[in-house]
Amino acid sequence: MNILTVRDLHASYGAIQVLHGVDLEVSKGGATAVLGANGAGKTTLLRAICGMVKRSGTIEFDGQPIDKLATADIARRGIAHVPQGRGTFATLTAEENLRLGAVTRRDAKQRARDFALVYEYFPRLYERRAQQAGTLSGGEQQMLAVGRALMLEPKLLVLDEPSFGLAPRITQEIFAIMRKINREQHVSVLVVEQNANLALDFADRAVVLETGNVVTQGSPDDMRNNQEIQRAYLGY
Amino acid sequence: MEQLLHQIASGLATGGVYASLALALVMIYQATHHVNFAQGELAMCSTYLAWWLVSAGVPYWIAFVITVAVSFVFGMGIERVLIRRVERAPILSVVIVFIGMQFILNSLAGWIFGYTIQSFPSPFPEESPWGNPYINSHELGIVAVTFVVVGLLWGFFRFTTLGLALRGAAANSDSAALCGIRVGSMLALGWGLAAAIGAVAGMLIAPVVFLDPNMMGGILIYAFAAALLGGIDSPVGAVIGGFSLGVLENLAGAYVIGTELKLTVALITIVAVLVVKPSGLLGKVVVTRV
Repeated sequence: MNILTVRDLHASYGAIQVLHGVDLEVSKGGATAVLGANGAGKTTLLRAICGMVKRSGTIEFDGQPIDKLATADIARRGIAHVPQGRGTFATLTAEENLRLGAVTRRDAKQRARDFALVYEYFPRLYERRAQQAGTLSGGEQQMLAVGRALMLEPKLLVLDEPSFGLAPRITQEIFAIMRKINREQHVSVLVVEQNANLALDFADRAVVLETGNVVTQGSPDDMRNNQEIQRAYLGY
Repeated sequence: MEQLLHQIASGLATGGVYASLALALVMIYQATHHVNFAQGELAMCSTYLAWWLVSAGVPYWIAFVITVAVSFVFGMGIERVLIRRVERAPILSVVIVFIGMQFILNSLAGWIFGYTIQSFPSPFPEESPWGNPYINSHELGIVAVTFVVVGLLWGFFRFTTLGLALRGAAANSDSAALCGIRVGSMLALGWGLAAAIGAVAGMLIAPVVFLDPNMMGGILIYAFAAALLGGIDSPVGAVIGGFSLGVLENLAGAYVIGTELKLTVALITIVAVLVVKPSGLLGKVVVTRV
């Protein structure tokens, strides 16, 4: 059973086509990693799923087509996207950033519970809650972005290079918490990641992109055992 | 001494109007980074609507509420129909649209209501409150209404979910959409609020400057100066800038340069702020760590 099924997805920026018919799946409660070199179209793939670039093809989320929906409506269906660069509301406080994550929700009690959950996952955010979010460190902003995404009470968490620009220790910490979110909260995850080792340890399925096409996909073990793939795309 | 206090008090009153209009400018600037040159003419049109209602026998405060509500809807409509189309256009195109709108609204008002100067009623009593010699009822009323408007807005942005969503959309529209906020609706809402605030400002100043299609010309320049002085992205700054400028204008007019050159105060303020401290008194210099 898939939470997300993408078929023959094309996407373009103006006249430049970036994705040429991508297929991708995320199983319910599972985690799919998208790997590939710079410029392979990984970020565009995530942006196309969330309606942030011009796209065509079929995208089915939780049994419903979402390829005609606008970004805000896709978010309301339960896809929380942590964009590249973290998408911090820099001029607002950390707590206001989290409140914005839950801005479309009406269930006050559940929301309060999720606030507590986010602060439990990221105690640092609790300490910094009154601080202007733009002044947080890179790691804290990444935590804030994941926390904001959780406040949406998502069924699918979409992460664009969560390790970008972070110290290895912080990256480990964030991936550990993402694993918890995946296992304990049963939130499915679609993650783009440069660090292939980290991504393959985390995911139950991997997709390798090259210049807008899927080169191969399968289990993390398939990827690790395929020497050609390793040499060409994963940097072993 | 009595003269000085009187000048300060009536400066605060006109300052309240500058503050309101500056607030409307800041609101649109925060959301879209556009400076709405037609804000004054929008306020003027709203004031004509109020005048028309009052002339038709509608009680003042009912006319006031209707005018604010209609202006709100009209402001939202302008965003939806017109501004949306130039949202991603180069800045000069946007400026031209605003200036065009300013002329259209100005001519439309003249065409419908004529260029004859009309008097506009004040809802406040004729005699000065408590018989004091410094401030008359209308001036005190302007200051009070300004504080009420500012208080309501502050509460809206600070405590309501919708206010938070509006701030989010202004701060980072991509992320706002990813949080499920319909950014287009938020921009329209911002325009509606700005038009409503402008309507209040127009109705407050009309009894003082009288009603004609060009009534807001000078006032808009003061509002620009107030918004810049306070920091073009700071609502609190706009209010402080508005009141300061009102007082400064009156004092300079009474003691330094004479009433004919009052407008110069606004222009000098604009130039001085841009040269000395472009971010204004309270404008945020945004710090971002990467």
